[in-house]
Amino acid sequence: MKIRTRIVHSCLIVAFGVGMTAATGAQAAELEVLHWWTAGGEAKSAAELKKMLESKGHKWKDFAVAGGGGENAMTVLKSRVVSGNPPAAAQIKGPSIGEWGAEGVLSNLDEVAKAGGWDGLLPPVVSKVMKHGGHYVAVPVNVHRVNWMWANPEVFKKAGVEIPRTWDEFPAATEKIQKAGFVPVAHGGQPWQDFTVFESIALGVGGADFYRKALVELDQPTLKGPTMEKVFTTFATVRKYVDKDSANRVWNQATGMIINGKAAMQFMGDWAKGEFTSAGKVPGKDYVCVAAPGTAEAFTFNIDSLVMFEQSSGDVRKGQQDLANAVMSPAFQEVFNLNKGSIPARMNMNLDKFDDCAKLSARDFEAASKRGSLVPSIAHQMAVSAATAGAMQDVVTQFFNTPAMKPKEAADKLARAALTK
Amino acid sequence: MDLTAQRMTAAPESGAGTEAKPRLGDRIDAWLPKIVLAPTFVCALVFIYGYILWTAVLSLTPSRMLPKYEFAGLAQFEALFANERWWLALKNLALFGGTFVLVCLAVGLLLAILLDQKIRGEGLIRSIYLYPMALSFIVTGTAWKWILNPELGIERLLHDGGFENARFDWLIDPEMAIYTVVVAAVWQSSGFVMALFLAGLRGIDDSIIKAAQVDGASMPTIYRRIIIPSLRPVFFSSFMILTHIAVKSFDLVMALTNGGPGFSSDVPATFMYSFAFTRNQIGLGAASAMMMLMIVVAVIVPFMYSELRRPRHG
Amino acid sequence: MAEMTSTRNTGQLVGRTIVYGLLVLVCFYYLMPLFVMVTTSLKSLDEIRAGNLLSLPQDPNLDAWGKAWSSACTGVQCEGLAGFFWNSVSFVVPAVLMSTLIGAVNGYVLTMWRFRGSDLLFGLLMIGCFIPFQVVLLPMARTLGAMGIANSTTGLVFVHVVYGLAFTTLFFRNYYVTIPDELVKAAKIDGAGFWLIFRRIILPLSAPIIVVSIIWQFTQVWNDFLFGVVFSSGDRQPITVALNNLVNTSTGVKEYNVDMAAAIIAALPTLFVYVVAGKYFVRGLTAGAVKG
Repeated sequence: MKIRTRIVHSCLIVAFGVGMTAATGAQAAELEVLHWWTAGGEAKSAAELKKMLESKGHKWKDFAVAGGGGENAMTVLKSRVVSGNPPAAAQIKGPSIGEWGAEGVLSNLDEVAKAGGWDGLLPPVVSKVMKHGGHYVAVPVNVHRVNWMWANPEVFKKAGVEIPRTWDEFPAATEKIQKAGFVPVAHGGQPWQDFTVFESIALGVGGADFYRKALVELDQPTLKGPTMEKVFTTFATVRKYVDKDSANRVWNQATGMIINGKAAMQFMGDWAKGEFTSAGKVPGKDYVCVAAPGTAEAFTFNIDSLVMFEQSSGDVRKGQQDLANAVMSPAFQEVFNLNKGSIPARMNMNLDKFDDCAKLSARDFEAASKRGSLVPSIAHQMAVSAATAGAMQDVVTQFFNTPAMKPKEAADKLARAALTK
Repeated sequence: MDLTAQRMTAAPESGAGTEAKPRLGDRIDAWLPKIVLAPTFVCALVFIYGYILWTAVLSLTPSRMLPKYEFAGLAQFEALFANERWWLALKNLALFGGTFVLVCLAVGLLLAILLDQKIRGEGLIRSIYLYPMALSFIVTGTAWKWILNPELGIERLLHDGGFENARFDWLIDPEMAIYTVVVAAVWQSSGFVMALFLAGLRGIDDSIIKAAQVDGASMPTIYRRIIIPSLRPVFFSSFMILTHIAVKSFDLVMALTNGGPGFSSDVPATFMYSFAFTRNQIGLGAASAMMMLMIVVAVIVPFMYSELRRPRHG
Repeated sequence: MAEMTSTRNTGQLVGRTIVYGLLVLVCFYYLMPLFVMVTTSLKSLDEIRAGNLLSLPQDPNLDAWGKAWSSACTGVQCEGLAGFFWNSVSFVVPAVLMSTLIGAVNGYVLTMWRFRGSDLLFGLLMIGCFIPFQVVLLPMARTLGAMGIANSTTGLVFVHVVYGLAFTTLFFRNYYVTIPDELVKAAKIDGAGFWLIFRRIILPLSAPIIVVSIIWQFTQVWNDFLFGVVFSSGDRQPITVALNNLVNTSTGVKEYNVDMAAAIIAALPTLFVYVVAGKYFVRGLTAGAVKG
């Protein structure tokens, strides 16, 4: 009874709320863009987008909310949608795009996608993420590769070891590095960083098919199986070679340890490159980027994208189309990704201005796509729903912080967490 | 407001001959207090109790990203009770809340008594104790994160100072991380409690103390038997305010430990936030919010009832 | 007290030394974070990396302050905190004044014009202030949307007033309880009305508690992040949101000195209020706010 009254009540409120925005939103042809690109390089690239939009006669209303990889921004976004006052565009990615699409609040970008020939420009893996129910509702900004390992060659030389290419080589190499007085693995013990390392290990130990089965399709037997146990065992090995102060460290501090030669390697996505660049380091010389052990043939992707919300004002709708076009333009894709460390989402772009790591990333992306070893990153909300990924992340981080926990127990827990809806 | 007041001042003279009927002014006068209180009452009803009801309804639905009004029974509560992280958050709240409230009361009372000894420079010292209250949790968290960080803060300072083996790594110790939140929270709130106690001490009638002194009672006895018991209302106010801060401790945990290492310093408020908003499990978030509220009510109401029932003087 | 002996004197001296010693020691604990913040904000980045936390700046300069105020990036625009500072002022002032005024009237009714159920009302209001603010975000967003004031300064002021009322009412009620009833009774017999008594008798006595309420509310509203980020409009965000954006930069060189300077700038108004009005704060509390 009560619930039904609430439904009627809230419908009334929503209807009324939408009516209000319709009445007030009509005269302003400005686009409110919700994002969390507040860091130096990112902010600069977002400013480029702003310029492009303004050159087309629209106004960019900046709505930046930083913190926790968009945690705060998502809170704000939900309240805005509930109040019937959503921003024109927002930074949303992965399966969340579909979840928002299911709420019926996103605007359709098919027209501009058709005119721009997006289907031909975007790799199928990317365009699949950008669509809901077969329609384009989002526009991709970049492609991050998550399964990178950043290494300081100087440290490896001093320790007298080669950079490990497989997880089997890993323990021997790290042992020597530790003996030489360095921290083998620079790590920040925050849940999402634990999870990032974990997924690279899963990919390296089990391969792309195992990864897909376990962490994308959430196949119960695979999650509980012996391979997953081995993944956790390897994860425990990595824990041994992390320094004692790693807990709660932010990731760029960990990258700093590679830069100043305190540590040998870090498992982190390619946004870490920005840290090296701003410290004046050159790839191939001061630092090297290699795929995490055993993952050279595979690629875990993390795609940032902008989603457009349904608007009543025709002017704003026009602005949204122009914004989507601007994001897809080669000029923006280049300048944004140069700053961000990622590669353009659009294919067949001239990568002359990019560094070797980005070029390698682009090559591997294409190769992995052909080979079928291109997989979405679970740690970065590309693979499964936020609820499931969160529950699984809890298990992974708990294992990492509880040395007493057995790999078998962890695998069982992970399987149970994967059932979270 | 002015108009009403003028009319009412005018009422006694103009209404001399209308004794039979109650005058309009009187009737408004009789209703006025209720009318004045009505907006607050309505606000509380809608924006507090209405929303609690709404949350209760949500906790019985399968809502995920946005509210969805379908009945799901107690499924969300079952999921909540099966969640290890929730129990850890509750345990942390008990540890944090208990330690925080007790330490704040003790430190606040002690500082107030010390400061009440006719101290030179009292104003300055009082401002120093009080200023942390003025800072936002984002500021507090940032500063303390630095100080408690083993690589940058106190531990490094001790190492540089020659104490090579000194350890001060609560911030990164899953067992101890919650206590760093206590350190920072006590720093922020104890000054305010001190001010409350100081105010209480200043309000005590000097003649009672003088009389006790004449009777030969020692100062510690006077404090124990007379002064501290008479501060009971202050304990009540402080307890209410501190519990309020403890239960809502959200920003500080977010800024200082972000619930980590792992989720070892999670508290119900951060749990609720991250499930309702980040993980798209609004139903579960609502269930945890209801549990939080029930705990608060269970702790506060009996306490408040017994306090407000006591005869009041003054 | 003529028979005071010399042993008692030394005892007293030792006692006082201990008291002062303790007080000063505790001062260090309270001052350390501020000290770290201020010195860090005056250092250069190189010095921060090389030196330790408690060292004094070798070459103090205000560069970081200038940057935090006018050129640090808080989104796509890099105009520092200046604009956000005034955004905050624009909603904090009305929110504080309104919640204080309403709180005063409420406290007045709840003490001088009690009616059946007024104590119960007060109790309900008190329990209500324990509602976690994260819970109210979504329903409040919907309500504000329905009222047509979603994401406007008006809406934000409204939210702060609503959730500030419990505390301001508590302050004023507890203060007015200490005012002798006879004062008001006599005025009532003389035929003075509700508002007249309030204006002529109660308000003039209220200065200390008004200070307390203003300080409390000012601190709460100025420092609030959650309501500010959710209910403000994108271009009128409060300073706490800007500070959060500035401090939370996830990539690039972390400019600790600018972070610290920004944190202090964001805290300046409340610090100022505490230092200037701190004396009245304790006085106001003394005057009755703590009588349960």
